[in-house]
Amino acid sequence: MTPDDVDRRLILATQAGLPLVPRPYDALAAQLGVASDEVRHRLAAMLDSGVIRRIGAVPNHYALGYTANGMSVWDVVDSQVDDLGERVGALDFVTHCYRRPRRAPLWPYNLFAMVHGKSRDEVHDKVRQIAALLGDVCRARDLLFSTRILKKSGLRISA
Amino acid sequence: MLEPDPLDRRIINALQGGFPLCEEPYRAVAEGLGIDEAQLIARLQRMLDARVLTRFGPMFQIEAIGGAFVLAALAVPEERFDEVAGLVNALPEVAHNYRREHALNMWFVLATETVGGIAQAIAAIEELTGLTVVAFPKEREYFVEMKLAA
Repeated sequence: MTPDDVDRRLILATQAGLPLVPRPYDALAAQLGVASDEVRHRLAAMLDSGVIRRIGAVPNHYALGYTANGMSVWDVVDSQVDDLGERVGALDFVTHCYRRPRRAPLWPYNLFAMVHGKSRDEVHDKVRQIAALLGDVCRARDLLFSTRILKKSGLRISA
Repeated sequence: MLEPDPLDRRIINALQGGFPLCEEPYRAVAEGLGIDEAQLIARLQRMLDARVLTRFGPMFQIEAIGGAFVLAALAVPEERFDEVAGLVNALPEVAHNYRREHALNMWFVLATETVGGIAQAIAAIEELTGLTVVAFPKEREYFVEMKLAA
């Protein structure tokens, strides 16, 4: 779906965050020159259509003590990757899980699952649980810890 | 960095999703937590200022509005790492960038408003760095959700 002009202005007005005032939707409505109800209806419609995944807080993993960040990658038999990807993604410690293309010979992996933990040992332990779930349909695997955040600014669209 | 206290952690857990669309949503959430609205707003402001929260608000799915997100990586020679990080980070299309332990040692996410913007950003990085970008566009998403307990 393509956002109309008001949706687009609403996205621009909220991409840095929701106003921290008692009536945030009224504040947005005043800023956009539309009725307050309309802001809430449009946000609800964008939640329904998937344009907005959720409205909430994004914590900094490091501040919560999740200092170990591992990208676990797996070479899973194509015929089973979708079924197993759903099951890996459902594990409570996996925050993102995707199927991506292999890039032979450097990169034989087609399943990516991000695992966060309070120590590398904890991440290794969780990755072993993924390995157990995948069993022998997984032919190769690796675990890439992040050693430095070089940039983290998130998405910004321009006006 | 500010160490989140037990109330901060309860607030973070309560706000991982489903923020209400009523007229006074902070009041509704505060009542659920047994605190008052002003206290909730002040705590949120403090956690944002201290970067305990990176943001608070709607999470947009860029693909749903015609844009694209692509994970990509570079194998950067060690002696050029900082220089290349500077060149890559300078592009506004680069939303996140992490150093990781692998021959592919720089992993970044490109976020563009149009699908065509990805190819342009990749071409720009290759031109600036002289290195080959390995792109990993997602073929299927199994799960994306913040569900770490605070």
